[in-house]
Amino acid sequence: MTATATAPAKETHFGARRLRREDPALLTGEARFIDDLPLPGALWMGVVRSTEAHAAITHIDASAALRVQGVTEVLTGEDLAPLWGGAALPCAWPVTDDMHNPPHLPVAVGEAKYAGDAVAVVLATSRYAAADGAAAVVVDYDPKPAAIDLAEAAAPQSPLVHESLGTNASYTWELTPDPDAVNKAFAEAAHVIEERFVQQRLIPAAMEPRGVAAVPSPAGGELTLYSATQIPHILKVMTAVTLGIGENKLRVVAPAVGGGFGSKLNVYAEEIICSALALRKGVPVRWTESRSEAALATIQGRGQVQDIALAADADGKVQAVRVRLLADMGAYLQLVTPGIPLLGAFLYHGCYDIPHYSFVCTGVFTNKTPTDAYRGAGRPEATYAIERAMDSLAAAVGLAPEEVRARNFIRADAFPYTSCAGLQFDSGDYHAVLDRAKALAGLDERRAEQARRRTAGSSRPIGIGFSSYVEMCGLAPSRVLASLNYGAGGWEAATVRVLPTAKVQVVTGATPHGQGHETAWSMIVADRLGIDPDDVEVLHSDTAVSPTGMDTYGSRSLAVGGTAIYMATERVLDKARAIAAHRLEASPDDLEYADGSFRVRGTPASSVAFGEIAFAAFTAHDLPDGMEPNLEAHATYDPPNFTFPNGTHVAAVEVDTETGAVEVIDYVAVDDCGRQVNPLIVEGQVHGGILQGAAQALYEDAVYTDDGQLVTSSLVDYLVPSAAEAPRYRLDSHVSPSPTNPMGVKGIGEAGTIAATPAVINAIVDALRPLGVTDVEMPASPQTVWRAIEAARAAARTAGGAS
Amino acid sequence: MQLVTLTVNGEERSLEVEPRTLLVHALRDNLGLTGTNIGCDSSSCGACTILVDGLSAKSCTLLAVQADGADITTIEGVADPDGTLHPVQQAFHECHALQCGYCTPGMVMAAMSLIDEYPDLDEAGVRSGLEGNLCRCTGYQNIVDAVLQAAGAAPAGQATAAATAAAGSTP
Repeated sequence: MTATATAPAKETHFGARRLRREDPALLTGEARFIDDLPLPGALWMGVVRSTEAHAAITHIDASAALRVQGVTEVLTGEDLAPLWGGAALPCAWPVTDDMHNPPHLPVAVGEAKYAGDAVAVVLATSRYAAADGAAAVVVDYDPKPAAIDLAEAAAPQSPLVHESLGTNASYTWELTPDPDAVNKAFAEAAHVIEERFVQQRLIPAAMEPRGVAAVPSPAGGELTLYSATQIPHILKVMTAVTLGIGENKLRVVAPAVGGGFGSKLNVYAEEIICSALALRKGVPVRWTESRSEAALATIQGRGQVQDIALAADADGKVQAVRVRLLADMGAYLQLVTPGIPLLGAFLYHGCYDIPHYSFVCTGVFTNKTPTDAYRGAGRPEATYAIERAMDSLAAAVGLAPEEVRARNFIRADAFPYTSCAGLQFDSGDYHAVLDRAKALAGLDERRAEQARRRTAGSSRPIGIGFSSYVEMCGLAPSRVLASLNYGAGGWEAATVRVLPTAKVQVVTGATPHGQGHETAWSMIVADRLGIDPDDVEVLHSDTAVSPTGMDTYGSRSLAVGGTAIYMATERVLDKARAIAAHRLEASPDDLEYADGSFRVRGTPASSVAFGEIAFAAFTAHDLPDGMEPNLEAHATYDPPNFTFPNGTHVAAVEVDTETGAVEVIDYVAVDDCGRQVNPLIVEGQVHGGILQGAAQALYEDAVYTDDGQLVTSSLVDYLVPSAAEAPRYRLDSHVSPSPTNPMGVKGIGEAGTIAATPAVINAIVDALRPLGVTDVEMPASPQTVWRAIEAARAAARTAGGAS
Repeated sequence: MQLVTLTVNGEERSLEVEPRTLLVHALRDNLGLTGTNIGCDSSSCGACTILVDGLSAKSCTLLAVQADGADITTIEGVADPDGTLHPVQQAFHECHALQCGYCTPGMVMAAMSLIDEYPDLDEAGVRSGLEGNLCRCTGYQNIVDAVLQAAGAAPAGQATAAATAAAGSTP
């Protein structure tokens, strides 16, 4: 930190449940999403997508499409290849030096690698004509054997997604600091727990599908790319590089964006195609994704087979964790596809003080839609594996789930704590959080009720599921990213600009899409400057306005972007202090700043208001010698470490053992995200996160047929829960300020999703364990639960008959 | 092309559309009323919910020609012309019932219709009444609370505390 001279202002807004300034535009229809942009004369693009999972494209017949009224052109991958000069869509995270990253063209040439792969595009004068035209293009395919199931794709005899590679393995990445110690721990363990868990693929399903509009300025040579994206800054760099156009001639704008959850953290084919065609045609080219198209063409999440083993002593104290992971890449590597498992790779020991660690992951190509970041990205998967395994350990040792957790937690006095995976955890009190969660959940009463129902032989047993988590957030220290081969830094930029009338503009590089950055950032700046948040405007999402940034993902916006804003504000205050000292003919050190004025200590009458300083900086008539006019500062913050939010969630479920139906009857979450700028926003993030996590446990599954057809491609088939399915959440929090940044903040965007999935499944297994059930696959649909119950009963009958 | 006349937010509008034009596209593309969003193609998400003759309807499931002569309210017609939010909008704001805001126009229209139709709403009624409107951000709790607040019903938190206590004593 370079700006620490100014005493902290009184915090009147930090911590307040301030209502969001973003709301009125969204509540009245005034906000403009990508498809709302009026672009007269634009051509609409329709994308012809492969209906085969793996096939040679033998012929494309555009004649019928060209007869559709309004269709102006049909372009195949071969037609378009010169526009991107053979360059592939970017993957920014080559996790190993020998990682296979086969070329990924925006429109396939010769061969389609998954159902949904673009094979041609249609340009038309209306959206209906574009859709009609795309449907009228006839493509002949020569189907090839396809690799669909992840575990089978990893086997040597599998059909190959990319024949030229000779393997479906993209890479193998390992983190095993001390292999001998791990082996020794397993050899000496009193309890060895070995589990295999399957993380089904999920469809992110942000409520707004993607969309792109590329608008050229032919005379000036510029291009403005509008996209429903989380990452206009990264998209700008990548589009310039991919198309070989000057970054100085490219502007990227994210209009109002209707949710992302990682799915809009990418550089997509349609962004590149629309840009290239707009430049070539000299007219705007736009495309809006349909929902069923999104299921195929937007990345999916999760998709892992996890083998986790714990070595524990007789008391249930874990000495080593060993993880062998298969991660489904899909057919190609998108922006950060191969790195997603690595975001979990450091966290398979959970919030436990486990000395020895071994993690190996193989990324595997399949003939399916590429995977990439989905809310939590690697960390939900890691948390699921360790939290499920800890419950198995509790059962093996004969301890309650909360007790085995308490025995293994990193102790509060151990922070800063260096983990077996090499991270330094910043702060926390996991025991205090657990105790608070137990109390809030009414654990004793719930257990008593559980026992009553068990004794009565109820067909509706209840189960209580714990999930304790810690996540690495605030992505990310650039040097750590370098050590992981990531292709960019993890800093964030901010500008704080005081206008002549003392109103303030804040420019942030963290691009919001529902998180409430405008409200939160205005609260931070208003506190520091002693002004009203309504006098602070927050500008973002347009590279012409906010030229520098790394955007929004990985619970980074507040811990990294907010810290940059804090720093820039401090620099503004430093300059204001110098101007005030000049006007008051005092030493800057003798000034105090409170209630919007600088005062000479001990001489309250001698003061100058912030507004006067702002105007003086603007007129520049009488500034200290050598000082530049205007009151504005820029800051770029590169975090020295991640932040480590943590928490314990407790789910209570009731299972109908006759139908397999599960109802979440209570859900308690106690989270520690450090200091909270706006608890209203924090709670909203937790609510939504919990439901997304619970939805993986109970409802959601991207189901593919054996030949690679996605059968859950609409919201009829893919079960995004509604209010009718959602439980009521009861929240509490614990505050362990992060020592890593000046505000002590950590991040909360992904916590709910990370915690909820294992909490719900652990609760279901807890309800059914007396029946002999030790695992329930996800999603725990009534049929899946019923089958698990029947299988356990059948096994019990067999065992009973044999004895 | 076919001529369709609609009363939209109190104003009579005539437009020429292909007979197959969905009402939501007519509103958005022909009339420029882009507040009504499209979130799916299977009538599942409710983002496009509007009021047709006072009742909520998913405007992606109607053809514009079917709505000929209808009285339509979209999200643009809900707040007062002076900018004062409708009580449902205000409750959504106060309860933090929106994040990205994409489902919000449809959710507000569905809630208005629900409150109109059922004078004695409770939490269960709101949850089942909004089953046709999906939100991916909020987990619904604040939406449910906002609708209850706008309906003048008892806050759900209290009801839930009672239900939790009751659940503890269920045999």
